Amino acid sequence: MRRVAIVGAGLTKFVRYAQETPKELAYEGVRMALDSCEMKLSDIECVVHGTAPDAFDGVHMKGEYLSDASGAYRKPYMRHYVGGGTGVLSPIHGWFHVASGMFDTCLVVTEEKMSCAYPHPAGAFLTIFDHTTEQPLYPTLIWIFAIEMNRFMTTHGYRKEDIALVAVKNKKNAIDHPSAQLAAEITVEDVLNSEVMAWPVNRLDISPTSDGAAAIILAAEHVARRVTEKPIWIDGVGWALDTAYWCTRDLYYPDYVEVAARQAYKMSGIREPSKEIHVAEPYDPFTYKELHHIEGLQLCKRGESVQMLVDGVTQRTGNLPCCPSGGALGVGNPIAATGLMKIIEIFLQLREEAGKRQVPGKPTCGLAQAWGDLMQVGTVVVMRS
Amino acid sequence: MEITEKDVAHTTSKLRFDDIKKGKVLSVKWEPKLNYAWDNGPALGRYLAELKNGRIIAKKCDKCHRTMLPPRMFCELCWRPTGRWVYVRDTGIVNTWVVSYVDWKAGRLNIEGGVRPFTPAIIEIDGTSKGMGILHLLDEVDPWKISRGMKVKAVWKPVKERIGAITDIKYFKPVK
Repeated sequence: MRRVAIVGAGLTKFVRYAQETPKELAYEGVRMALDSCEMKLSDIECVVHGTAPDAFDGVHMKGEYLSDASGAYRKPYMRHYVGGGTGVLSPIHGWFHVASGMFDTCLVVTEEKMSCAYPHPAGAFLTIFDHTTEQPLYPTLIWIFAIEMNRFMTTHGYRKEDIALVAVKNKKNAIDHPSAQLAAEITVEDVLNSEVMAWPVNRLDISPTSDGAAAIILAAEHVARRVTEKPIWIDGVGWALDTAYWCTRDLYYPDYVEVAARQAYKMSGIREPSKEIHVAEPYDPFTYKELHHIEGLQLCKRGESVQMLVDGVTQRTGNLPCCPSGGALGVGNPIAATGLMKIIEIFLQLREEAGKRQVPGKPTCGLAQAWGDLMQVGTVVVMRS
Repeated sequence: MEITEKDVAHTTSKLRFDDIKKGKVLSVKWEPKLNYAWDNGPALGRYLAELKNGRIIAKKCDKCHRTMLPPRMFCELCWRPTGRWVYVRDTGIVNTWVVSYVDWKAGRLNIEGGVRPFTPAIIEIDGTSKGMGILHLLDEVDPWKISRGMKVKAVWKPVKERIGAITDIKYFKPVK
């Protein structure tokens, strides 16, 4: 397999109600990515697109709808979708195209416009559940994540007030991110006193509904060296799905994230992730998810993620900064674009171009992860400078 | 490269939900009217038929020996056809739960007006293999007194009202 580098990136602002159409958002992300490395669309040999449920936009076959905006006119084009895990599957999908030798360049685009679904996109999720055994009970995503958070808490004895620190940290980190939708200085009390959505989940435990787009450009080594002095290499990839019988898994631990992470670590030669990974962007659509994923990613032992958080290890200045971007909780969560926003954050961190968000210590190895489908997919990418 | 305020200025929106609601911006509203008739297949078909009888039926895998609920024609772990049917009890324990103040569309329940929060839970049914939970609702219990491992029992709809659906069980309630 050939080495594959990220050479450019583009990211729109994340907002609640974008005036732009989904196509215009995608176009903007792509334009920024091409400009960032002074490439033209004619330099791009193939395009992959990641975007989550068609039901958000009310446009069936959203991949085709977004193809023009993604610069895919008369180019090999593929759309992929694994729910919230999509944004980190996107670079993996593009990586295949280039690593295989089939193409020298690949444009990876992700877009999500959640605000079209009216009055709230949460309703669009009813049909992800089993139509016979679950839909008649009218489940919603907030329930099932609250169900998982509760299992996580009761298994380890975690307290809500400790988990709330994730929101405090990430929303604060987001203050330094120009794309951020929900950057704020808040306290643990603010989180605990915010509206109860589905106990143990309060409003400030949840990432917002967002619109936005992100794009990156992948290149084979000989092209990457020509395009930039600072290519960032995709060094390990992994993804895995657990069973869709989600009620029969023990939700306290994301096995599928562990499987995906081990695959990526093996490929990247990582033996001690907590020491060898310098900066991480675990997926944080809910406060507890960052901790849940840190455990699944083997960045700490099971049951120790809260201590790590309380000790400040995951702060931007800590030993293992997690979500220095501000994450889904702070920057926003336009589903597929969020995962790629995390990839872009690691790209910038490893190039030491993250501005005010730069983590200290000249990081050379970072990781981004996302999660989704019916709480069953883990997608992991390890990157090196 | 560094992403700056200037780069992202193109997509800054000052639109709010109210603007859409009041018709200040042009928007199109569309109500999807799609009807689906889902076949249940042999496994869930029998499961539903037995629910109508007031019984819960599971299916066993002869290789991993799990007694599985909902019943399925193939074991997803062993990747082989499942074996015999077994009746399990209509009691179980609470694996994990939630006290929900929102409905499926994220609409707020009128809690202050006296509406009881939804209390969905994963319930491990007695007689199935460890950890075999199903999603259902809890009721006849103070939402704040639900606990992990709490013993519960199905409350069935009257025989005449049952239609062969998961909702033939109204909810689960605590038992001693």
